[in-house]
Amino acid sequence: MTIEARSLSFRYGDKPVLREVSFALTSGRFHALLGPNGAGKSTLFGLLTRLLALQQGDILLAGQSLKKQPAEAMRQIGVVFQQNALDLDLTVRQNLQYHAALHGLSRKEARLRGDQELERFNLLDRANDAVRQLNGGHRRRVEIARALLHKPSLLLLDEPTVGLDVASRKALNAYVRTLCEEDGLTVLWATHLIEEVRNDDRVLILHQGQLLADGDGHEICEAEGTQDLAETFHSLTGAG
Amino acid sequence: MKASHYWHCFVGIQTREWLRFWQQRTRFASALVRPLLWLVVFAAGFRAVLGISIIPPYETYITYETYIAPGLCGMIILFNSMQGALSMVYDRELGSMRVLLMSPLPRPFLLVTKLLAMGVVSIGQVYVFLLLALLVDVEPPLWGYLAILPALILTSLMLGALGLLIATWIKQLENFAGVMNFVIFPMFFMSSALYPLWRMNEASPWLYWICQFNPFTHAVEAIRFSLYLEWNPTAYGITAGVTVVLAVFATAGFRPQRTRILGSKAA
Repeated sequence: MTIEARSLSFRYGDKPVLREVSFALTSGRFHALLGPNGAGKSTLFGLLTRLLALQQGDILLAGQSLKKQPAEAMRQIGVVFQQNALDLDLTVRQNLQYHAALHGLSRKEARLRGDQELERFNLLDRANDAVRQLNGGHRRRVEIARALLHKPSLLLLDEPTVGLDVASRKALNAYVRTLCEEDGLTVLWATHLIEEVRNDDRVLILHQGQLLADGDGHEICEAEGTQDLAETFHSLTGAG
Repeated sequence: MKASHYWHCFVGIQTREWLRFWQQRTRFASALVRPLLWLVVFAAGFRAVLGISIIPPYETYITYETYIAPGLCGMIILFNSMQGALSMVYDRELGSMRVLLMSPLPRPFLLVTKLLAMGVVSIGQVYVFLLLALLVDVEPPLWGYLAILPALILTSLMLGALGLLIATWIKQLENFAGVMNFVIFPMFFMSSALYPLWRMNEASPWLYWICQFNPFTHAVEAIRFSLYLEWNPTAYGITAGVTVVLAVFATAGFRPQRTRILGSKAA
């Protein structure tokens, strides 16, 4: 599914957070939205998920405006938020069933799809455990499984590795990449950690609300005359 | 979206509310301990000093316990609605509210379903309370238990909408604690829940008028009259009207441009 952002601008009161941000995501690819803290990544996610209302510009999903066809757009999007959005007191399966219900799936269908996703994530044996009993990495996996439950075309992940150890971060990042390859899922992965991005990824660098670079990692490096993405990121944003 | 999608969503939200409630069973106990203390201890003390004359819907002299029982039903719903709203603020802090709002179904539908889910839990508690009230001889007519159901639904919708409205606008839990004091206690004490309004009029006419303008007074009267199989159109009308107004404002509050769900770390 194609996703296109056109001239997005957003401000909180007098403070501009996004300025004329435009980009198009390629179907079935892993995209890294790279930006230091405060760059406007969460605001951009808020707009893509309709949690914030568009002030200026538009977002098109498969050619349909998010303003005009919000329900259809929401069916196509799966989201993993930066902060935990699971109910810690409920079991893994109950959390999945709640999400499925919100998307209009029956209990039977929810259970079937939920078990399929949990099996993919090697978490089926934890289905009846309270989320509170899971470690951070497993909770993140449950959140991704939940985001995929209604079979979206676009997966948005807002700094999904926050709070995870290095091994869990790598595993999660690698797993999401396999979803692109195997399921043809379009992924937008927001991060401020350069090590989560590869040179052959499509990279969007956001800084102070402006999109400073948009292209394949190695192309951006060539254009900037830098050795690698870390250097490019540093030269463009001043961040390390 | 098909009707079945709405139905599955409705069931899912109701189920989650019950599951959350079951997980926090102490809430059920505390929600019952509070009105039972009022009924057994407070009423015993006040019975001696506060005489109740024959006032509608009662046809004879009644005990103070009998008088305050409908008010305490309202109290259960009032506290529950506010706690429900508190949990929504808690959800918002955790991000669960974002999950709700990511549903492709219309947000007003999600809001009303959430209100109803909170209301059903409250109503279950009211019935358990009324059963326990039989032990202190609060014995309304049998059909009264059925007749109060519309009043209970309306009251829980009204107070749920109020709670949601407050929760939508309150950013942090600390602020909500203040709202508990500024909303729950004034609404409860400045109503007909604990004393008939003619008593209040004798004591303080201006307080009497505040009580008259308090929608909780009318919700309590709707419950009281229904419990004794009397129809009180004024109480029902005002409660229904306020419910609609609050629900409209609460729905408006759920619009993303008004919703501060992204919290403090917005950039």
